Amino acid sequence: MAQKLLDILIERFGDSVVLETHNHCGDETAVIDAAHWREVATFLRDDPRCKMNMLADLCGVDRFDAEPRFEVVAHLNSLHFAHRLRIKARIGDEDGEGALLDSLVPVWAGANWFERETYDMFGIKFEAHPDLRRILLYEEFEGYPLRKDYPAAKTQPLVPYREGPDVLDKLPPFGADEGMVFGRKHLDYVKEED
Amino acid sequence: MEPLDQEVEESELELPSDPMQLMMGPSHPAMHGTVRIAVELSGEVVVKADVQIGYLHRGFEKSCERGNWTQVFPYVDRCNYSSPMLNNVGYALAVEKLCGLTVPDRCQYYRVILGELARMADHLVCNAAMAMELGAFTPFLWWTRAREMIYDLFEEETGARVTHSFGRIGGMAHPPTDNFKQHTLAILDKVVASSDEGISLLETNRIFMDRTMGVSAISQADAIALGWTGPCLRSTGVPYDIRKAHPYLVYDRFEFDVPVGHEGDNYDRLMVRAEEVHQSARIIRQALEQMPDEGPINVDDPRIVLPPKGEVYDTIEATIRHFKIIMEGLKVPAGEAYGYTEAANGELGFYVVSDGSGTPYRVRIRPPSFALVGGLSKLITGQMIADIIPTFGSMNMIGGECDH
Repeated sequence: MAQKLLDILIERFGDSVVLETHNHCGDETAVIDAAHWREVATFLRDDPRCKMNMLADLCGVDRFDAEPRFEVVAHLNSLHFAHRLRIKARIGDEDGEGALLDSLVPVWAGANWFERETYDMFGIKFEAHPDLRRILLYEEFEGYPLRKDYPAAKTQPLVPYREGPDVLDKLPPFGADEGMVFGRKHLDYVKEED
Repeated sequence: MEPLDQEVEESELELPSDPMQLMMGPSHPAMHGTVRIAVELSGEVVVKADVQIGYLHRGFEKSCERGNWTQVFPYVDRCNYSSPMLNNVGYALAVEKLCGLTVPDRCQYYRVILGELARMADHLVCNAAMAMELGAFTPFLWWTRAREMIYDLFEEETGARVTHSFGRIGGMAHPPTDNFKQHTLAILDKVVASSDEGISLLETNRIFMDRTMGVSAISQADAIALGWTGPCLRSTGVPYDIRKAHPYLVYDRFEFDVPVGHEGDNYDRLMVRAEEVHQSARIIRQALEQMPDEGPINVDDPRIVLPPKGEVYDTIEATIRHFKIIMEGLKVPAGEAYGYTEAANGELGFYVVSDGSGTPYRVRIRPPSFALVGGLSKLITGQMIADIIPTFGSMNMIGGECDH
């Protein structure tokens, strides 16, 4: 099975799209041109020889000194043939700007949260993602923690209480008068305001 | 929010017809771990749900990039506090794949047995919590007692009940204790019997069936597209188990079945887990029979494995070796590897990237529950609000893992 998927990819797309391949540790890996990311993914899902029907994982890697700086790594899995493939796309300049890639949500619904996480951790944006917001961190978080130039000991500024009536979009920290008022109204500081 | 004790004239009382917005969590008494589900309700039916995770985010992946490869083990323990041994083994296998190492036979069996015990414990806890959420408290107590037996065994083997940090790259921290086999055999029957006993209270219980059958069902195609694996995927009828599809360790030497469900509803998820407890016991029995009593537990490679303590104190070579491995970390060849194992909730992947030094360049965990919880909002939309909690329980979200 080894190498077979890579041969199919190269045969279909050629060297201009499949930039690099290797087979270290038995993991077939192809570096895909970022402009053809979704096209290749759709092909891999639909082609009867590949049938990669599951996106096992999608994550980012910061290569820091290299150009393009970021790598988006997707691990694909086929339940039909029990074969796996790793595809990568390289994006972003050395400051982390211009890291933009097509979203894979139209191809595999499960890509939604994985891409949100990659955005959250690396600041890589996904075009046409239905709901691209931070997932593990909060929206006021400054910087992208898994970038190599983010110091691990960095502290974040305090977040002010959030305003606004919309409950669904609202996240902590809440104001002193919010939440379970019946539990708090006996507190001194609430009384003083009254 | 209005105070509850406001005085309202009866004539002014008007039932609201707008959808009601409600936040469940992050510290809801019925939630496993800290997760927040913002739901929009029409009556009792969920019309929109947004699952918000991240309350337990501890920067696992960033922390890994600061220590050496072995120092990641305590972190992976804390990623999954229900079955930490499976995480230990999963991470060790991923790094060993990158190093091109194969651990000795005895260690492989040891890992299989400890891993399957952890799987049983995890399934018991998940089923127990789900049953308790539906009011069935007795199975919870029974299964917790059964889990205690497994924890006692782990305590004897590893020294810790939950956070073992027992895996090592190229082996395990200690060889099995002398009466490991007898101890395992002694608890195995009791654990399986306890699981069956609890299930017998639930499987034909009218209330339990009504509350779980057909609730939060998912189709095969949806589950696959969402990246679901493990018992939740198998409950839809897909017989996908990494232990069968891509055997690792010595799983190809055992006979076991992959239980599947039909509907992919809460009931099937519970029953698949209950049956997997049996299959795990079956694997453990075969493994105990085949496992050699003598032989090394660690690979024979002085660059990877710490020398015996006696030698470290007595000889300068071993002292230097010990110092090099502890201070610089063992060197992992540059490259990348994706190691995947069947953890209790599905595919647990570790994508490790090395630059050839003693410190990981990138350790990426692919937690099974992240993909599962990613599909939760789809699952509970259209269900009753009271079904959110058992549905959430049946997915067995592990907060530490899901939130990294």
